[in-house]
Amino acid sequence: MNDGKKPQTMAQKILADHSGKEFVEEGEIVNASVDIVLGNDITMPLAIEEFKKIGAGKVFDNTKIVMVPDHFTPNKDIKSAQQCKILRDFAGEQDIINYFEIGEMGIEHALLPEKGLVLPGDLVIGADSHTCTYGALGAASTGVGSTDVAVAMATGKLWFMVPSTLKFDYKGSLKKWVTGKDLILYTIGMIGVDGALYRSMEFSGPSVRGLSMDSRFSMANMAIEAGGKFGIFEVDEKVEEYMRSKGKTGYKIYKSDSGASFEKVFNIDCTDIELQVATPHLPSNARNAMDLGEIKLDQVVIGSCTNGRMEDLEMAAKIFKGKKVSKSMRTIIIPATQKIYLEAMKKGLLEIFINAGCVVSTPTCGPCLGGHMGILAEGERAIATTNRNFVGRMGHPESEVYLSGPAVAAASAIAGRIAVPGEVI
Amino acid sequence: MIIKDKVIKYGNNVDTDVIIPARYLNTTDEAELASHCFEDLDSDFKEKAKERKIIVGGENFGCGSSREHAPLSIKASGIKAIIAKSFARIFYRNSINTGLPLLVSIEASEHIKDSDEVEIDLDNGEIKDITTGITFKVPPLPDFIQKVISSGGYMKFTKKQLAKSK
Repeated sequence: MNDGKKPQTMAQKILADHSGKEFVEEGEIVNASVDIVLGNDITMPLAIEEFKKIGAGKVFDNTKIVMVPDHFTPNKDIKSAQQCKILRDFAGEQDIINYFEIGEMGIEHALLPEKGLVLPGDLVIGADSHTCTYGALGAASTGVGSTDVAVAMATGKLWFMVPSTLKFDYKGSLKKWVTGKDLILYTIGMIGVDGALYRSMEFSGPSVRGLSMDSRFSMANMAIEAGGKFGIFEVDEKVEEYMRSKGKTGYKIYKSDSGASFEKVFNIDCTDIELQVATPHLPSNARNAMDLGEIKLDQVVIGSCTNGRMEDLEMAAKIFKGKKVSKSMRTIIIPATQKIYLEAMKKGLLEIFINAGCVVSTPTCGPCLGGHMGILAEGERAIATTNRNFVGRMGHPESEVYLSGPAVAAASAIAGRIAVPGEVI
Repeated sequence: MIIKDKVIKYGNNVDTDVIIPARYLNTTDEAELASHCFEDLDSDFKEKAKERKIIVGGENFGCGSSREHAPLSIKASGIKAIIAKSFARIFYRNSINTGLPLLVSIEASEHIKDSDEVEIDLDNGEIKDITTGITFKVPPLPDFIQKVISSGGYMKFTKKQLAKSK
Protein backbone atom coordinates (compact mmCIF):
# COMPACT_ATOMS: atom_id res chain seq x y z
CA MET A 1 0.00 0.00 0.00
CA ASN A 2 1.07 3.52 -0.70
CA ASP A 3 0.48 5.96 2.11
CA GLY A 4 0.00 8.65 -0.48
CA LYS A 5 3.55 9.88 -0.08
CA LYS A 6 5.67 7.51 -2.12
CA PRO A 7 6.34 9.29 -5.40
CA GLN A 8 5.71 7.47 -8.69
CA THR A 9 6.25 8.02 -12.40
CA MET A 10 3.36 8.37 -14.86
CA ALA A 11 3.97 4.80 -16.00
CA GLN A 12 3.81 3.45 -12.44
CA LYS A 13 0.65 5.40 -11.65
CA ILE A 14 -1.25 4.24 -14.72
CA LEU A 15 -0.23 0.61 -14.18
CA ALA A 16 -1.09 0.85 -10.46
CA ASP A 17 -4.54 2.31 -11.14
CA HIS A 18 -5.28 -0.34 -13.75
CA SER A 19 -4.32 -3.18 -11.43
CA GLY A 20 -6.25 -1.97 -8.39
CA LYS A 21 -3.17 -0.90 -6.47
CA GLU A 22 -2.02 2.40 -5.05
CA PHE A 23 1.65 1.76 -5.68
CA VAL A 24 3.61 -0.55 -7.92
CA GLU A 25 7.33 -1.26 -7.73
CA GLU A 26 9.57 -1.18 -10.76
CA GLY A 27 10.18 -4.75 -11.86
CA GLU A 28 6.94 -5.99 -10.26
CA ILE A 29 4.63 -8.06 -12.46
CA VAL A 30 1.01 -6.89 -12.37
CA ASN A 31 -2.15 -8.22 -13.96
CA ALA A 32 -3.76 -5.02 -15.24
CA SER A 33 -7.08 -4.17 -16.88
CA VAL A 34 -6.68 -2.75 -20.36
CA ASP A 35 -8.79 -0.03 -21.99
CA ILE A 36 -8.12 -0.83 -25.65
CA VAL A 37 -6.98 -4.05 -27.35
CA LEU A 38 -5.78 -3.47 -30.92
CA GLY A 39 -4.83 -5.77 -33.75
CA ASN A 40 -4.28 -5.63 -37.51
CA ASP A 41 -4.47 -7.91 -40.54
CA ILE A 42 -1.07 -9.49 -39.74
CA THR A 43 -1.36 -10.06 -36.00
CA MET A 44 -5.10 -10.49 -35.49
CA PRO A 45 -5.61 -13.77 -37.41
CA LEU A 46 -3.13 -15.45 -35.05
CA ALA A 47 -4.82 -13.78 -32.05
CA ILE A 48 -8.24 -14.99 -33.18
CA GLU A 49 -6.91 -18.56 -33.53
CA GLU A 50 -5.56 -18.42 -29.96
CA PHE A 51 -8.71 -16.70 -28.65
CA LYS A 52 -10.80 -19.58 -29.97
CA LYS A 53 -8.52 -22.10 -28.25
CA ILE A 54 -9.03 -20.37 -24.88
CA GLY A 55 -12.71 -21.15 -25.22
CA ALA A 56 -13.98 -17.88 -23.72
CA GLY A 57 -16.81 -17.56 -26.23
CA LYS A 58 -17.40 -13.82 -26.30
CA VAL A 59 -14.82 -11.04 -26.07
CA PHE A 60 -14.72 -9.27 -22.69
CA ASP A 61 -16.09 -6.00 -24.13
CA ASN A 62 -17.04 -5.50 -27.76
CA THR A 63 -16.42 -1.74 -27.52
CA LYS A 64 -12.81 -2.10 -26.42
CA ILE A 65 -11.45 -4.25 -29.22
CA VAL A 66 -10.16 -2.36 -32.26
CA MET A 67 -9.34 -4.07 -35.55
CA VAL A 68 -7.68 -2.23 -38.41
CA PRO A 69 -6.72 -4.14 -41.54
CA ASP A 70 -4.00 -1.74 -42.70
CA HIS A 71 -0.77 -3.60 -43.47
CA PHE A 72 -1.49 -5.50 -46.69
CA THR A 73 -4.67 -3.62 -47.63
CA PRO A 74 -6.34 -2.98 -49.96
CA ASN A 75 -5.78 -6.74 -50.12
CA LYS A 76 -2.55 -7.24 -52.05
CA ASP A 77 -2.99 -10.95 -52.78
CA ILE A 78 -5.24 -13.90 -52.08
CA LYS A 79 -3.52 -14.86 -48.85
CA SER A 80 -3.84 -11.32 -47.50
CA ALA A 81 -7.49 -11.26 -48.51
CA GLN A 82 -8.01 -14.47 -46.52
CA GLN A 83 -6.33 -12.91 -43.47
CA CYS A 84 -8.55 -9.82 -43.68
CA LYS A 85 -11.61 -12.04 -44.03
CA ILE A 86 -10.74 -13.69 -40.71
CA LEU A 87 -10.89 -10.24 -39.04
CA ARG A 88 -14.08 -9.24 -40.80
CA ASP A 89 -15.87 -12.49 -39.92
CA PHE A 90 -14.72 -12.34 -36.28
CA ALA A 91 -15.79 -8.69 -35.96
CA GLY A 92 -19.21 -9.71 -37.28
CA GLU A 93 -19.56 -12.69 -34.93
CA GLN A 94 -18.47 -10.67 -31.90
CA ASP A 95 -20.26 -7.40 -32.74
CA ILE A 96 -16.97 -5.53 -32.62
CA ILE A 97 -17.94 -1.95 -33.40
CA ASN A 98 -14.42 -0.64 -33.95
CA TYR A 99 -13.61 -2.69 -37.02
CA PHE A 100 -12.60 -0.34 -39.81
CA GLU A 101 -13.05 -1.34 -43.43
CA ILE A 102 -10.79 0.35 -45.98
CA GLY A 103 -13.22 3.14 -46.82
CA GLU A 104 -13.19 4.46 -43.28
CA MET A 105 -9.76 3.34 -42.25
CA GLY A 106 -6.23 4.51 -42.04
CA ILE A 107 -2.97 3.31 -40.60
CA GLU A 108 -3.96 2.14 -37.13
CA HIS A 109 -1.74 4.47 -35.09
CA ALA A 110 -2.96 7.53 -36.95
CA LEU A 111 -6.56 6.31 -36.97
CA LEU A 112 -7.16 5.54 -33.28
CA PRO A 113 -6.27 9.03 -31.99
CA GLU A 114 -8.12 10.63 -34.92
CA LYS A 115 -11.29 8.71 -33.95
CA GLY A 116 -10.85 9.68 -30.29
CA LEU A 117 -10.58 6.01 -29.26
CA VAL A 118 -7.61 6.49 -26.90
CA LEU A 119 -7.88 8.74 -23.84
CA PRO A 120 -5.11 10.20 -21.71
CA GLY A 121 -4.38 7.84 -18.82
CA ASP A 122 -5.59 4.77 -20.73
CA LEU A 123 -3.69 1.49 -20.66
CA VAL A 124 -3.58 0.35 -24.27
CA ILE A 125 -2.13 -2.78 -25.83
CA GLY A 126 -1.83 -3.57 -29.50
CA ALA A 127 -0.38 -6.43 -31.46
CA ASP A 128 1.79 -3.98 -33.34
CA SER A 129 5.07 -2.68 -32.02
CA HIS A 130 4.23 0.96 -32.81
CA THR A 131 1.28 0.93 -30.41
CA CYS A 132 3.52 3.13 -28.22
CA THR A 133 2.36 6.05 -30.45
CA TYR A 134 -0.54 6.88 -28.10
CA GLY A 135 1.94 7.91 -25.43
CA ALA A 136 1.62 11.32 -27.10
CA LEU A 137 -1.82 11.51 -25.48
CA GLY A 138 -0.47 10.63 -22.03
CA ALA A 139 -1.59 7.01 -22.31
CA ALA A 140 0.50 4.02 -21.24
CA SER A 141 0.47 2.20 -24.52
CA THR A 142 2.60 -0.64 -25.77
CA GLY A 143 3.06 -3.30 -28.40
CA VAL A 144 2.49 -6.94 -27.49
CA GLY A 145 2.04 -10.21 -29.35
CA SER A 146 -0.95 -12.06 -30.74
CA THR A 147 -1.30 -14.42 -27.77
CA ASP A 148 -1.36 -11.36 -25.47
CA VAL A 149 -4.17 -9.91 -27.56
CA ALA A 150 -6.04 -13.22 -27.46
CA VAL A 151 -5.83 -13.35 -23.66
CA ALA A 152 -6.78 -9.67 -23.30
CA MET A 153 -9.75 -10.14 -25.63
CA ALA A 154 -10.92 -13.01 -23.45
CA THR A 155 -10.25 -11.54 -20.01
CA GLY A 156 -9.75 -7.77 -20.37
CA LYS A 157 -6.47 -8.18 -18.55
CA LEU A 158 -2.80 -8.70 -19.29
CA TRP A 159 0.47 -9.21 -17.44
CA PHE A 160 2.90 -6.29 -17.40
CA MET A 161 6.27 -5.79 -15.81
CA VAL A 162 6.38 -2.31 -14.28
CA PRO A 163 9.14 -0.46 -16.15
CA SER A 164 11.68 1.99 -14.83
CA THR A 165 11.63 5.37 -16.55
CA LEU A 166 14.19 7.29 -18.57
CA LYS A 167 13.36 10.99 -18.71
CA PHE A 168 14.27 13.05 -21.76
CA ASP A 169 14.21 16.78 -21.15
CA TYR A 170 14.36 18.86 -24.35
CA LYS A 171 15.28 22.56 -24.20
CA GLY A 172 15.92 25.26 -26.78
CA SER A 173 14.23 26.25 -30.02
CA LEU A 174 14.18 23.99 -33.05
CA LYS A 175 15.93 24.86 -36.29
CA LYS A 176 13.90 25.46 -39.43
CA TRP A 177 12.28 22.27 -40.84
CA VAL A 178 13.22 20.24 -37.76
CA THR A 179 10.31 18.20 -36.36
CA GLY A 180 9.62 15.53 -33.75
CA LYS A 181 11.08 12.95 -36.14
CA ASP A 182 14.48 14.63 -36.01
CA LEU A 183 14.37 14.81 -32.21
CA ILE A 184 13.55 11.12 -31.88
CA LEU A 185 16.14 10.00 -34.46
CA TYR A 186 18.71 12.13 -32.64
CA THR A 187 17.65 10.61 -29.31
CA ILE A 188 17.80 7.02 -30.57
CA GLY A 189 21.19 7.83 -32.09
CA MET A 190 22.31 8.96 -28.65
CA ILE A 191 21.07 5.96 -26.61
CA GLY A 192 21.07 3.16 -29.22
CA VAL A 193 18.46 0.66 -30.41
CA ASP A 194 18.37 -0.97 -26.97
CA GLY A 195 19.05 2.20 -24.98
CA ALA A 196 15.54 2.14 -23.50
CA LEU A 197 15.04 -1.62 -23.44
CA TYR A 198 12.07 -2.51 -21.15
CA ARG A 199 11.94 1.15 -20.00
CA SER A 200 9.31 3.84 -20.22
CA MET A 201 10.65 6.88 -22.10
CA GLU A 202 9.13 10.07 -20.74
CA PHE A 203 9.46 13.06 -23.06
CA SER A 204 9.34 16.47 -21.40
CA GLY A 205 10.73 20.00 -21.40
CA PRO A 206 9.86 23.28 -23.09
CA SER A 207 10.85 22.14 -26.59
CA VAL A 208 8.44 19.21 -26.66
CA ARG A 209 5.70 21.32 -25.13
CA GLY A 210 6.13 23.53 -28.18
CA LEU A 211 5.70 20.59 -30.57
CA SER A 212 2.48 19.95 -32.49
CA MET A 213 0.49 16.81 -31.66
CA ASP A 214 1.59 15.34 -35.01
CA SER A 215 5.24 15.74 -34.06
CA ARG A 216 4.58 14.23 -30.63
CA PHE A 217 2.88 11.17 -32.20
CA SER A 218 5.94 10.79 -34.41
CA MET A 219 8.28 10.80 -31.39
CA ALA A 220 6.20 8.46 -29.23
CA ASN A 221 5.85 6.14 -32.24
CA MET A 222 9.58 5.46 -32.35
CA ALA A 223 10.12 4.75 -28.63
CA ILE A 224 10.14 1.06 -29.64
CA GLU A 225 13.12 1.72 -31.92
CA ALA A 226 15.12 2.33 -28.73
CA GLY A 227 13.57 -0.80 -27.19
CA GLY A 228 11.14 1.26 -25.08
CA LYS A 229 7.92 -0.03 -23.58
CA PHE A 230 6.16 3.34 -23.42
CA GLY A 231 6.99 6.67 -25.05
CA ILE A 232 4.93 8.96 -22.92
CA PHE A 233 4.23 12.71 -22.77
CA GLU A 234 2.64 14.74 -20.01
CA VAL A 235 -0.91 15.85 -20.70
CA ASP A 236 -0.83 19.59 -21.39
CA GLU A 237 -3.23 22.12 -22.90
CA LYS A 238 -2.41 20.89 -26.44
CA VAL A 239 -3.44 17.33 -25.56
CA GLU A 240 -6.59 18.57 -23.85
CA GLU A 241 -7.45 20.71 -26.87
CA TYR A 242 -6.87 17.69 -29.14
CA MET A 243 -9.19 15.56 -26.99
CA ARG A 244 -11.86 18.30 -26.94
CA SER A 245 -11.74 18.32 -30.73
CA LYS A 246 -12.71 14.63 -30.54
CA GLY A 247 -15.51 15.41 -28.07
CA LYS A 248 -13.65 13.70 -25.22
CA THR A 249 -13.38 15.09 -21.69
CA GLY A 250 -13.48 13.69 -18.15
CA TYR A 251 -10.43 11.44 -18.36
CA LYS A 252 -7.93 11.15 -15.54
CA ILE A 253 -4.65 13.02 -15.97
CA TYR A 254 -1.49 11.42 -14.61
CA LYS A 255 1.78 13.24 -13.97
CA SER A 256 5.05 11.91 -12.62
CA ASP A 257 5.48 13.07 -9.02
CA SER A 258 8.24 15.56 -8.35
CA GLY A 259 10.24 13.05 -6.33
CA ALA A 260 9.59 10.12 -8.69
CA SER A 261 12.65 8.02 -9.36
CA PHE A 262 13.96 8.24 -12.88
CA GLU A 263 16.62 5.74 -13.81
CA LYS A 264 18.34 8.47 -15.78
CA VAL A 265 17.57 12.00 -16.96
CA PHE A 266 18.87 13.12 -20.36
CA ASN A 267 19.12 16.87 -20.94
CA ILE A 268 19.00 17.58 -24.64
CA ASP A 269 19.67 20.97 -26.19
CA CYS A 270 17.59 21.24 -29.37
CA THR A 271 19.26 24.41 -30.65
CA ASP A 272 22.06 22.35 -32.21
CA ILE A 273 19.94 19.52 -33.61
CA GLU A 274 20.14 19.48 -37.41
CA LEU A 275 17.82 17.59 -39.77
CA GLN A 276 18.54 13.91 -39.12
CA VAL A 277 18.89 10.81 -41.29
CA ALA A 278 19.33 7.27 -39.96
CA THR A 279 21.57 5.33 -42.32
CA PRO A 280 21.17 1.56 -42.97
CA HIS A 281 20.56 -0.77 -41.19
CA LEU A 282 19.60 0.56 -37.77
CA PRO A 283 17.37 3.47 -36.67
CA SER A 284 20.16 4.44 -34.28
CA ASN A 285 22.56 5.32 -37.11
CA ALA A 286 21.48 8.97 -36.89
CA ARG A 287 23.59 11.51 -38.80
CA ASN A 288 23.18 15.14 -39.81
CA ALA A 289 21.50 15.02 -43.22
CA MET A 290 23.74 17.75 -44.59
CA ASP A 291 26.90 15.82 -43.72
CA LEU A 292 26.04 12.68 -45.68
CA GLY A 293 27.52 13.62 -49.03
CA GLU A 294 26.33 12.25 -52.38
CA ILE A 295 23.90 9.41 -51.70
CA LYS A 296 21.84 8.69 -54.79
CA LEU A 297 18.30 7.37 -54.38
CA ASP A 298 15.79 5.33 -56.38
CA GLN A 299 12.70 5.88 -54.25
CA VAL A 300 11.20 8.25 -51.68
CA VAL A 301 8.32 7.30 -49.37
CA ILE A 302 6.44 9.90 -47.34
CA GLY A 303 3.85 8.29 -45.10
CA SER A 304 3.47 5.59 -42.39
CA CYS A 305 2.30 5.61 -38.77
CA THR A 306 5.37 7.72 -38.02
CA ASN A 307 5.01 10.53 -40.58
CA GLY A 308 1.84 10.32 -42.66
CA ARG A 309 -0.07 13.07 -40.84
CA MET A 310 -1.11 16.56 -41.97
CA GLU A 311 1.99 18.30 -40.60
CA ASP A 312 4.15 15.92 -42.62
CA LEU A 313 2.18 16.34 -45.84
CA GLU A 314 2.05 20.12 -45.45
CA MET A 315 5.79 20.28 -44.93
CA ALA A 316 6.43 18.09 -47.96
CA ALA A 317 4.04 20.19 -50.08
CA LYS A 318 5.89 23.39 -49.16
CA ILE A 319 9.01 21.87 -50.67
CA PHE A 320 7.35 20.21 -53.68
CA LYS A 321 5.30 23.28 -54.66
CA GLY A 322 6.21 24.30 -58.19
CA LYS A 323 9.04 21.75 -58.35
CA LYS A 324 9.55 18.41 -60.07
CA VAL A 325 10.98 15.27 -58.56
CA SER A 326 14.20 14.05 -60.10
CA LYS A 327 13.58 12.27 -63.43
CA SER A 328 13.93 8.67 -62.33
CA MET A 329 12.75 9.10 -58.74
CA ARG A 330 9.79 7.01 -57.64
CA THR A 331 8.12 9.24 -55.06
CA ILE A 332 5.26 7.72 -53.11
CA ILE A 333 3.07 9.79 -50.80
CA ILE A 334 0.76 7.90 -48.45
CA PRO A 335 -1.65 9.95 -46.33
CA ALA A 336 -2.08 7.97 -43.11
CA THR A 337 -5.89 8.04 -42.98
CA GLN A 338 -8.86 8.71 -45.23
CA LYS A 339 -9.55 11.91 -43.26
CA ILE A 340 -6.00 13.15 -43.81
CA TYR A 341 -6.27 12.19 -47.49
CA LEU A 342 -9.46 14.25 -47.84
CA GLU A 343 -8.01 17.23 -46.00
CA ALA A 344 -4.88 17.09 -48.15
CA MET A 345 -7.12 17.08 -51.22
CA LYS A 346 -9.18 20.05 -50.01
CA LYS A 347 -6.05 22.02 -49.21
CA GLY A 348 -4.64 21.36 -52.67
CA LEU A 349 -1.69 19.31 -51.43
CA LEU A 350 -2.48 16.32 -53.62
CA GLU A 351 -2.38 18.54 -56.68
CA ILE A 352 1.05 19.84 -55.65
CA PHE A 353 2.30 16.27 -55.18
CA ILE A 354 0.93 15.01 -58.48
CA ASN A 355 2.20 18.05 -60.41
CA ALA A 356 5.62 17.42 -58.87
CA GLY A 357 5.59 13.86 -60.22
CA CYS A 358 4.73 11.99 -57.03
CA VAL A 359 2.13 9.23 -56.77
CA VAL A 360 -0.45 9.41 -54.00
CA SER A 361 -1.62 6.13 -52.49
CA THR A 362 -4.61 5.14 -50.43
CA PRO A 363 -3.74 4.76 -46.72
CA THR A 364 -1.69 1.60 -46.06
CA CYS A 365 1.41 0.50 -44.18
CA GLY A 366 2.45 -0.94 -47.56
CA PRO A 367 6.10 -0.26 -48.36
CA CYS A 368 7.22 0.53 -44.78
CA LEU A 369 7.44 -3.18 -44.01
CA GLY A 370 8.10 -4.35 -47.55
CA GLY A 371 4.48 -5.41 -47.99
CA HIS A 372 3.41 -3.76 -51.23
CA MET A 373 3.00 -0.33 -52.90
CA GLY A 374 6.68 0.36 -53.38
CA ILE A 375 9.06 -2.57 -52.95
CA LEU A 376 12.77 -2.15 -53.62
CA ALA A 377 14.79 -4.28 -56.04
CA GLU A 378 18.28 -5.63 -55.38
CA GLY A 379 20.78 -2.82 -54.91
CA GLU A 380 18.15 -0.07 -54.78
CA ARG A 381 18.10 2.68 -52.20
CA ALA A 382 15.24 4.66 -50.65
CA ILE A 383 14.74 7.41 -48.16
CA ALA A 384 11.54 7.09 -46.17
CA THR A 385 9.74 8.88 -43.38
CA THR A 386 9.04 5.45 -41.88
CA ASN A 387 10.48 3.94 -38.70
CA ARG A 388 12.76 1.00 -39.53
CA ASN A 389 15.66 0.45 -41.88
CA PHE A 390 16.58 -3.13 -41.04
CA VAL A 391 18.00 -5.46 -43.72
CA GLY A 392 15.29 -6.20 -46.29
CA ARG A 393 12.73 -3.99 -44.56
CA MET A 394 11.39 -2.42 -47.79
CA GLY A 395 12.11 -5.27 -50.15
CA HIS A 396 15.20 -7.09 -51.41
CA PRO A 397 17.71 -7.98 -48.68
CA GLU A 398 20.37 -6.17 -50.74
CA SER A 399 18.35 -2.91 -50.79
CA GLU A 400 18.85 0.01 -48.43
CA VAL A 401 16.51 2.30 -46.47
CA TYR A 402 17.47 5.67 -45.01
CA LEU A 403 15.07 7.20 -42.45
CA SER A 404 14.25 10.88 -42.20
CA GLY A 405 11.49 13.40 -41.57
CA PRO A 406 9.29 14.79 -44.36
CA ALA A 407 11.48 17.82 -45.18
CA VAL A 408 14.59 15.79 -46.02
CA ALA A 409 12.52 13.17 -47.86
CA ALA A 410 10.84 15.78 -50.07
CA ALA A 411 14.07 17.67 -50.75
CA SER A 412 15.79 14.38 -51.60
CA ALA A 413 13.05 13.47 -54.10
CA ILE A 414 13.77 16.69 -55.98
CA ALA A 415 17.57 16.43 -55.75
CA GLY A 416 17.70 12.73 -56.65
CA ARG A 417 20.04 12.19 -53.71
CA ILE A 418 19.87 12.83 -49.98
CA ALA A 419 19.41 16.59 -49.60
CA VAL A 420 18.16 19.23 -47.20
CA PRO A 421 15.44 21.77 -48.16
CA GLY A 422 17.92 24.64 -48.51
CA GLU A 423 19.50 22.89 -51.51
CA VAL A 424 16.29 22.74 -53.54
CA ILE A 425 14.24 25.83 -52.63
CA MET B 1 13.84 -29.70 -18.20
CA ILE B 2 17.16 -30.37 -19.92
CA ILE B 3 17.92 -29.21 -23.46
CA LYS B 4 21.11 -30.59 -25.01
CA ASP B 5 22.11 -29.63 -28.52
CA LYS B 6 24.53 -27.82 -30.79
CA VAL B 7 24.62 -24.07 -31.34
CA ILE B 8 23.93 -21.73 -34.24
CA LYS B 9 25.48 -18.39 -33.35
CA TYR B 10 24.39 -14.91 -34.50
CA GLY B 11 25.37 -11.33 -33.55
CA ASN B 12 23.71 -8.29 -31.98
CA ASN B 13 20.29 -6.80 -32.86
CA VAL B 14 18.91 -9.80 -34.76
CA ASP B 15 15.62 -8.17 -35.80
CA THR B 16 12.22 -9.63 -36.54
CA ASP B 17 12.50 -8.60 -40.21
CA VAL B 18 15.41 -11.00 -40.70
CA ILE B 19 13.85 -13.68 -38.49
CA ILE B 20 10.74 -13.73 -40.67
CA PRO B 21 10.44 -11.06 -43.40
CA ALA B 22 7.09 -9.25 -43.50
CA ARG B 23 6.49 -10.41 -47.08
CA TYR B 24 5.68 -13.85 -45.64
CA LEU B 25 3.28 -12.62 -42.96
CA ASN B 26 0.18 -13.22 -45.02
CA THR B 27 -0.13 -16.65 -43.44
CA THR B 28 -0.20 -18.15 -39.95
CA ASP B 29 0.90 -21.60 -41.15
CA GLU B 30 3.86 -22.54 -38.96
CA ALA B 31 5.56 -24.87 -41.45
CA GLU B 32 5.36 -22.23 -44.17
CA LEU B 33 6.72 -19.56 -41.79
CA ALA B 34 9.56 -21.90 -40.80
CA SER B 35 10.50 -22.40 -44.46
CA HIS B 36 11.45 -18.67 -44.62
CA CYS B 37 12.96 -18.32 -41.13
CA PHE B 38 16.23 -16.30 -41.15
CA GLU B 39 16.42 -16.40 -44.96
CA ASP B 40 17.59 -12.75 -45.25
CA LEU B 41 20.26 -13.21 -42.58
CA ASP B 42 21.55 -16.73 -43.15
CA SER B 43 20.54 -18.69 -46.23
CA ASP B 44 22.00 -21.87 -44.64
CA PHE B 45 19.81 -21.65 -41.52
CA LYS B 46 17.45 -24.44 -42.60
CA GLU B 47 20.36 -26.80 -43.18
CA LYS B 48 22.03 -25.82 -39.90
CA ALA B 49 18.80 -26.21 -37.91
CA LYS B 50 18.57 -29.87 -38.93
CA GLU B 51 21.52 -30.64 -36.65
CA ARG B 52 21.78 -27.66 -34.31
CA LYS B 53 18.80 -26.67 -32.20
CA ILE B 54 20.02 -23.92 -29.86
CA ILE B 55 20.51 -20.32 -31.05
CA VAL B 56 22.97 -18.02 -29.30
CA GLY B 57 22.58 -14.31 -30.03
CA GLY B 58 24.10 -11.08 -28.76
CA GLU B 59 22.33 -7.96 -27.51
CA ASN B 60 18.70 -7.00 -28.18
CA PHE B 61 17.73 -10.28 -29.87
CA GLY B 62 14.35 -10.07 -31.61
CA CYS B 63 14.14 -6.29 -31.86
CA GLY B 64 11.57 -4.67 -34.09
CA SER B 65 8.07 -5.79 -34.79
CA SER B 66 5.50 -7.44 -32.51
CA ARG B 67 4.99 -10.33 -34.93
CA GLU B 68 4.53 -13.52 -32.95
CA HIS B 69 5.36 -15.22 -36.24
CA ALA B 70 9.01 -14.63 -35.25
CA PRO B 71 9.23 -17.00 -32.26
CA LEU B 72 6.69 -19.31 -33.96
CA SER B 73 8.85 -19.67 -37.07
CA ILE B 74 11.93 -20.30 -34.94
CA LYS B 75 10.10 -22.94 -32.90
CA ALA B 76 8.67 -24.56 -35.99
CA SER B 77 12.22 -24.76 -37.39
CA GLY B 78 12.99 -27.11 -34.50
CA ILE B 79 14.91 -24.63 -32.33
CA LYS B 80 14.53 -25.58 -28.66
CA ALA B 81 15.96 -22.50 -26.85
CA ILE B 82 17.68 -19.16 -27.40
CA ILE B 83 20.50 -17.74 -25.29
CA ALA B 84 21.36 -14.02 -25.66
CA LYS B 85 22.88 -11.08 -23.83
CA SER B 86 19.48 -9.37 -23.91
CA PHE B 87 16.14 -9.75 -25.67
CA ALA B 88 13.80 -7.12 -27.10
CA ARG B 89 10.76 -6.93 -24.87
CA ILE B 90 7.96 -7.92 -27.26
CA PHE B 91 9.98 -10.86 -28.59
CA TYR B 92 10.61 -11.89 -24.98
CA ARG B 93 6.87 -11.78 -24.16
CA ASN B 94 5.98 -13.63 -27.34
CA SER B 95 8.50 -16.37 -26.65
CA ILE B 96 7.27 -16.90 -23.09
CA ASN B 97 3.67 -16.77 -24.23
CA THR B 98 4.25 -19.36 -26.93
CA GLY B 99 6.56 -21.57 -24.85
CA LEU B 100 9.98 -20.98 -26.45
CA PRO B 101 12.56 -20.91 -23.63
CA LEU B 102 14.87 -17.86 -23.57
CA LEU B 103 17.94 -17.47 -21.39
CA VAL B 104 19.69 -14.19 -20.66
CA SER B 105 23.44 -14.53 -20.07
CA ILE B 106 26.08 -12.06 -21.20
CA GLU B 107 28.88 -14.45 -20.22
CA ALA B 108 27.41 -17.50 -21.96
CA SER B 109 26.66 -15.48 -25.08
CA GLU B 110 30.26 -14.27 -25.23
CA HIS B 111 31.83 -17.64 -24.42
CA ILE B 112 29.83 -20.08 -26.54
CA LYS B 113 31.09 -20.54 -30.10
CA ASP B 114 29.23 -21.54 -33.24
CA SER B 115 28.69 -25.36 -33.33
CA ASP B 116 29.59 -25.85 -29.62
CA GLU B 117 27.52 -28.44 -27.83
CA VAL B 118 25.53 -26.94 -24.98
CA GLU B 119 23.36 -28.33 -22.20
CA ILE B 120 20.68 -26.10 -20.67
CA ASP B 121 19.09 -26.99 -17.32
CA LEU B 122 15.99 -24.79 -17.26
CA ASP B 123 14.86 -25.77 -13.74
CA ASN B 124 18.20 -25.00 -12.10
CA GLY B 125 19.13 -22.06 -14.33
CA GLU B 126 22.35 -23.45 -15.77
CA ILE B 127 23.98 -23.33 -19.18
CA LYS B 128 26.89 -25.72 -19.71
CA ASP B 129 29.15 -25.48 -22.72
CA ILE B 130 29.98 -29.19 -23.08
CA THR B 131 32.63 -28.45 -25.72
CA THR B 132 34.66 -26.33 -23.28
CA GLY B 133 33.33 -27.68 -19.98
CA ILE B 134 32.37 -24.27 -18.61
CA THR B 135 29.05 -23.71 -16.77
CA PHE B 136 27.13 -20.43 -16.46
CA LYS B 137 24.40 -19.62 -13.92
CA VAL B 138 21.27 -17.87 -15.11
CA PRO B 139 19.03 -15.88 -12.74
CA PRO B 140 15.67 -17.60 -12.18
CA LEU B 141 12.61 -16.25 -13.98
CA PRO B 142 9.91 -14.51 -11.90
CA ASP B 143 7.33 -16.95 -10.42
CA PHE B 144 4.51 -15.77 -12.65
CA ILE B 145 6.54 -16.30 -15.81
CA GLN B 146 7.62 -19.77 -14.64
CA LYS B 147 3.95 -20.65 -14.15
CA VAL B 148 3.12 -19.47 -17.68
CA ILE B 149 5.97 -21.53 -19.14
CA SER B 150 5.14 -24.66 -17.12
CA SER B 151 1.50 -24.38 -18.27
CA GLY B 152 2.74 -24.59 -21.87
CA GLY B 153 2.24 -20.92 -22.73
CA TYR B 154 -0.03 -17.99 -21.91
CA MET B 155 -3.08 -19.29 -23.80
CA LYS B 156 -3.06 -22.59 -21.91
CA PHE B 157 -2.32 -20.79 -18.64
CA THR B 158 -5.34 -18.52 -19.18
CA LYS B 159 -7.55 -21.43 -20.18
CA LYS B 160 -6.69 -23.13 -16.86
CA GLN B 161 -7.31 -19.96 -14.87
CA LEU B 162 -10.69 -19.44 -16.53
CA ALA B 163 -11.68 -23.06 -15.85
CA LYS B 164 -10.72 -22.63 -12.19
CA SER B 165 -12.79 -19.48 -11.78
CA LYS B 166 -15.92 -21.13 -13.20
